[in-house]
Amino acid sequence: MALPKVCGIETEYGIVVRGAENNPVSASSLLINAYVAETARQRKRIGWDFEDEQPTNDARGFSLDESIAPEIETTLVNAVLTNGARYYVDHAHPEISIPEVTTAREIVVWDRAAEEIIRESMRFATPLLDDGAEIIVHKNNSDGKGNSYGCHENYLLARELPFGRLASQITAHFVTRQVFCGAGKVGCELPGRPPDDIAFQLSQRADFFEEEIGLETTLKRPIVNTRDEPHADPQKYRRLHVIVGDANMSEVATYLKVGTTQIVLAMIEDGELGDDLLLGNPVAAIRQVSHDPTLRQTIMLRDGTRATALEVQWGLLERAQKYEQTHGLDAVGDDVGRDVLARWEHVLTGLEADPDSVADWVDWVAKRRLVEGFAARHGLEPGAQKLKAIDLQYHDLRPDRCLAQRAGLETIVEPEEAIDAMTKPPPTTRAYFRGRCLDKYPEEIVAANWDSLVFDVGRDPLRRVPMMEPLRGTAEHVATLIDDSETARELLDRLGQ
Amino acid sequence: MAERIQKPKTTSKKTEQADEAAPAVTETGDKIKADIDDLLDEIDDVLETNAEDFVKSYVQKGGQ
Repeated sequence: MALPKVCGIETEYGIVVRGAENNPVSASSLLINAYVAETARQRKRIGWDFEDEQPTNDARGFSLDESIAPEIETTLVNAVLTNGARYYVDHAHPEISIPEVTTAREIVVWDRAAEEIIRESMRFATPLLDDGAEIIVHKNNSDGKGNSYGCHENYLLARELPFGRLASQITAHFVTRQVFCGAGKVGCELPGRPPDDIAFQLSQRADFFEEEIGLETTLKRPIVNTRDEPHADPQKYRRLHVIVGDANMSEVATYLKVGTTQIVLAMIEDGELGDDLLLGNPVAAIRQVSHDPTLRQTIMLRDGTRATALEVQWGLLERAQKYEQTHGLDAVGDDVGRDVLARWEHVLTGLEADPDSVADWVDWVAKRRLVEGFAARHGLEPGAQKLKAIDLQYHDLRPDRCLAQRAGLETIVEPEEAIDAMTKPPPTTRAYFRGRCLDKYPEEIVAANWDSLVFDVGRDPLRRVPMMEPLRGTAEHVATLIDDSETARELLDRLGQ
Repeated sequence: MAERIQKPKTTSKKTEQADEAAPAVTETGDKIKADIDDLLDEIDDVLETNAEDFVKSYVQKGGQ
């Protein structure tokens, strides 16, 4: 049976400073430091196990005493948060890797929490800038001028799954799922083509993919990335690092993006997908699909026949429905899995009949309605700067400017749930252990990483607690243990360390 | 399984509210158009005043 599809999302956000020097690296550092320092200050104020702490120092705007530097060699800012996420500067962008979770619904909860963390960060960072200056963060994947940055997904897979089979069978989904999880883009960023050659396309990212399979992530990007860094027991696991997706503003789109991919991966792992949905030319196809909002053009399959992206998606859905009957959906969370199947069918039905009927689920449809409505109202031609501005501002995370928030998108997570998840880890994975320990024993943890925590409890040498099993260290396993341990030393004693 | 599907919000309620004088379908179309019109009014307010300059100067370093 397929392994539980433990998963996560890492998002590189767009960042600009307005009204002051626009250096994205220092702005990203400022943003993260402001958040870490302010949340630390607030915790001290409400007196959470900080009685022996030294008086708060006014200049501590940038103190990192609550955050832990992961063991990654970099001079850039790096913090691990009490919700188990990592918040850091990567390639001149602020990036949040959410904690490991087990279901698509949990993905949405902690992805929404990440958005709220960015919003808080903007709020805390602004007073540290010159008067009138502000840091503006977008949850998008392209600046419209040929520069792209990613929203990556990660999925746990069995090591024994042959990578060749995985890569060839997952490609059809990666090329065609953009019909429901594309975030939409005004214009075109294909090298050598005029930007206004395409008025509107489904995906932010499709223009940037040049290879079928490869290790690169910043140039010659491949549809299937071969990075082999499991952050878990390498004998048992691999991590599929997915770089092909867009960052979604729609919760349902994020839910479907991850939920459908989990199911397709489970089918591949169980040898149930087969080789009849292989594509002839995936790199050409991913662009063709993105450049065709009518959803009517066909792409070539490897057997020489042609199909629309929707037909490929129907093929995958039918196989997934059969898989649910024969294997169940325990690997993706049974209830969530069945809901994903139902919504998958609904979104394909809607896209086929009239994409506008799923404008409350699908980002590119929601965005296109705004762009086309605005163009019609003001008599603007395709390519007008104002239409590009609408595209950009759809992703603006400032609450008073965000157009996605006003586009009538359906939500599946309560706002309180997302706020809670800013500081609390998911109970279902090792992220629970990481987050709870960082919350309760911050002074005694000297390093945190995806697969270990290192404690300094005084007289003894540093103690490393390995976490090579993503599904150990859950609330079920360690909640009582942590509740009962006043100090890290007690915890380690109880763990037999 | 079908009952698990949540219908899009835009199609809820207005059939119940259908006015006796107008066929429901027309009402639905009008309602959607009114929603979009409201949204476009709001965009006029929310869009950056210097949106064109902002988008022109929006340049990011490439990432992953």
